[in-house]
Amino acid sequence: MALDPSFVGRCFPVAGTYQVAREKIREFADAIGDNDEIYRDPSVARGCGYCDVIAPPTFAIILAFRGQQALVCDPELGLDYHRMVHGNQSFTHHRPIRAGDELVATLHVDGVRTMGGNDMLTVRCEITDSAGDPVTTALSMLVFRHSDAEQDR
Amino acid sequence: MSRRRRGEVVEGDELPGLQVRVTRADLVRYAGASGDFNPIHWNERAAQEVGLPDVIAHGMLTMALASRLVTTWAGDPGAVVNYSVRFIRPIVVPDDAKGALVEFSGKVVRRVDEGTVVVAITARCAAQSVLGQATATVALA
Repeated sequence: MALDPSFVGRCFPVAGTYQVAREKIREFADAIGDNDEIYRDPSVARGCGYCDVIAPPTFAIILAFRGQQALVCDPELGLDYHRMVHGNQSFTHHRPIRAGDELVATLHVDGVRTMGGNDMLTVRCEITDSAGDPVTTALSMLVFRHSDAEQDR
Repeated sequence: MSRRRRGEVVEGDELPGLQVRVTRADLVRYAGASGDFNPIHWNERAAQEVGLPDVIAHGMLTMALASRLVTTWAGDPGAVVNYSVRFIRPIVVPDDAKGALVEFSGKVVRRVDEGTVVVAITARCAAQSVLGQATATVALA
């Protein structure tokens, strides 16, 4: 089933605020095998001009992913998470994410198209701080492969 | 470490390469840290049910590993103002101690302005590219 173009423009707010903790940044840095002390030691971060430890460039995916879950779980869109493939990803950092941030995120559906038996959704997660100032814009292209039965037709 | 200075960078500079072995344990750890628990990244049966040969790495883990090449070179992860990739091929991670070897390289391809450069990144596994159009925009000191 091709996606309904009227989905473009819909917004999916991520519930609540996301409190960025030092320990979560450390855990994420450990998981990507990055030993940089700027992710762990506030004094190192301060030496680089930051008020606390900062997050790796792809940390914002935690928030973007929560937005994507809200999108995929919306029964009206009828998307199948198991057929989802990540096509591309970009992050624009208006400033680095740092420990102590209280982030608010909303996922926006920017585009829908069907090509080669796949539905492609372009989604944009806008992440701001508690004052509403922009922190990160995360753009994702999500590909939903049609089921084999549909492709055989 | 401090941020790389504009006078130290010219177009064509190559970044020090990076080799990373990705094992099943790394995928489990990344799933926990990122919140992406899609079973195709830890369960063979789930991967094969959707037509994959075996468990594959999270594309976002590959993207994160590639970012280390740039943040280490830049001397400050906060210098990365834009980072974009296309996921062109999955990294299949076998159920053994060696895992999959991924090799990253990077090169300064463009100067946007005096204090900003674009780095192009390549990521290869099993002699094939796994990321396409991977670029990072870096603000220099």
